Amino acid sequence: MSNNGGAAKRFFGPRAFAAPYVVWMAAFVVAPVVFVVIYAFTSGDGTFTAENFLEMGRFVSVFARSFWLALVSTVICLALGYPAAYILARESRRVRRAVIVLIMLPMWMNFLLRTFAWMSILERNGLLNRLLGAIGIPPLDIIYTPAAVILGMVYNFLPFMILPIYSVIVKIDRSLVEAAADLGATPRAVFTRVIAPLSLPGVLSGVTMVFVPAVSTFVISKLLGGGKEILLGDLIEMQFRGTAYNPRLGSAIALVMMVVVIVFMYFMNKFGEGEEGVSVL
Amino acid sequence: MSKELIRLRGCTMAFDGDVVLNNIDLNIRDKEFLTLLGPSGCGKTTTLRIIGGFTVPTSGDVFFDGVRINDLPPHKRNVNTVFQKYALFTHLDVFENIAFGLRQMRPKLTKDEISRRVFEMLEIVSLRGFENRDVSRLSGGQQQRVAIARALVPRPRVLLLDEPLGALDLRLRKDMQNELKRIQQAMDITFIYVTHDQEEALAMSDSVVVMDGGEILQIGRPEDIYNEPENAFVADFIGESNIVDGVMISDGTVEIFGRRFECLDRGFSPSEPVDVVIRPEDVDIVPLRDGMLTGTVTNIIFKGVHYDIIVDFKGFKWLIQTTDMSPVGGRIGIKIDPDGIHVMPKSRYSGMFGDYSSYSAEYDEISDVAAEAETGDAREE
Repeated sequence: MSNNGGAAKRFFGPRAFAAPYVVWMAAFVVAPVVFVVIYAFTSGDGTFTAENFLEMGRFVSVFARSFWLALVSTVICLALGYPAAYILARESRRVRRAVIVLIMLPMWMNFLLRTFAWMSILERNGLLNRLLGAIGIPPLDIIYTPAAVILGMVYNFLPFMILPIYSVIVKIDRSLVEAAADLGATPRAVFTRVIAPLSLPGVLSGVTMVFVPAVSTFVISKLLGGGKEILLGDLIEMQFRGTAYNPRLGSAIALVMMVVVIVFMYFMNKFGEGEEGVSVL
Repeated sequence: MSKELIRLRGCTMAFDGDVVLNNIDLNIRDKEFLTLLGPSGCGKTTTLRIIGGFTVPTSGDVFFDGVRINDLPPHKRNVNTVFQKYALFTHLDVFENIAFGLRQMRPKLTKDEISRRVFEMLEIVSLRGFENRDVSRLSGGQQQRVAIARALVPRPRVLLLDEPLGALDLRLRKDMQNELKRIQQAMDITFIYVTHDQEEALAMSDSVVVMDGGEILQIGRPEDIYNEPENAFVADFIGESNIVDGVMISDGTVEIFGRRFECLDRGFSPSEPVDVVIRPEDVDIVPLRDGMLTGTVTNIIFKGVHYDIIVDFKGFKWLIQTTDMSPVGGRIGIKIDPDGIHVMPKSRYSGMFGDYSSYSAEYDEISDVAAEAETGDAREE
């Protein structure tokens, strides 16, 4: 009786407030994943098969290209985002607030719209080439190249690199920097021995937040890459909505991509183990 | 004792026009334990930060061993700091925290040398066996010791301590006071210690520098500061004091409450108005007819070793510490020996301190709260 009472209390207690979320997750996250797995391992007549995975062999280059472009974008985001976050964290409160708003501002605008804007900037007769032409430089063929895709990814995902790194660095106690300098650390050593290791958790979550959407994007590659060099996102989309309609193959590709990303994140976490507050997964 | 090591000359520090340090001069001798003592916002932490190199004075000079070091960054100074909140590196264990300074040394030290010196230091601060612990899993007292070891291991000539015991409980604080004094003597280097706790200052220091409002009010040995305060602020801040208005009649004679008392002070002009300090423990209670003054007991609190009694003399209340019980409402006589009277010239602090009219049983509690509030504020300095 008392056991039942306890269970009832637990169920109807404050935890009950989590119920909508749990139901939501079960219906719209867990169930789809289960469907994806079932689809990936079955053939048209519902029997178990690994054929969908074998068929994926011909898409190795798409996998390679997707991961490569995502990796390059992530590295560029880190190279641009870390110094930005670091410098920003040392500014006065007012400057920090203003700059954070500026960084987030584009995120409040529609993602598609932003990417269309880049199209019109990079077009053959777009804004960029007209500007270049005005100062006598021959036009650049950037649109519909991997460079344009990377540019689009960096532009869209950079805030997701800056913000987590910034929020970790800004919390590093100023006296730790003073203590390190006091103990003989040159400004460079203060950075490599104190600030860099302490900001690692921010870097890890920034990398995750950029890499994962970058590896699966299809809008950016479609609009800025011109669909010439398809990425995983495009490939999957094609299997569900496009000409190559084959949801089972699409599910298999999505599943493999997910597993690769999980493995990647696992090693990232390993790398940052022992650091405070690391939980990117 | 020994030769001068650090000299501040005409140091002024202003933040956005707000003067926190006003033209101070300070000489610090080699191997001494010097304490900067004062309430929150008095400029003591700023003075320490100037010596550590974390702030550059707006004007004035800092000399170390005769060399001007105003613009020398902290990492090039032979001075290390124990920070108020310890500022330990949470991503490193105890060993690596202590080894941090050694790993910055050029030419590089060998692994064995680093390990030998870290273990030697662990021994000194009694933390042997803790070397692989995570610093965040240590108690406040242990973190404190790591901070001290980390600052001492590069063998600085001066150790700066910014209210290092503020976060510890009373008992641990007392232990650490003895410990710090022992470590200072063992290492044979200069300690510059910042605190708002006068007891701590008196117990540990060779020299005490009393500061208020960005100025140095008095520098001296703890005994001098206690026995010969230069103004009402110092007298009140260091220990308990009854401070009353008096008139200097001639060398060796001062008048308070219309009565003449013999004293040891001289050098004042005749009939000069003065502040007179009488420490609570220097007042002897005597039978009424033998009293130089007579008053009524209005309050009595048992303190263990003695009673704190409040006695009303013509409307002015004194604090007297005595081992004899006197009932509330009783009339007593008092006697003060010449060496129990200390005469100070009038200052801007006259009339602000040394009256126990508001004394009540809650007195101590209130002053504790005030002290804690100060610890909090001091960080903002």
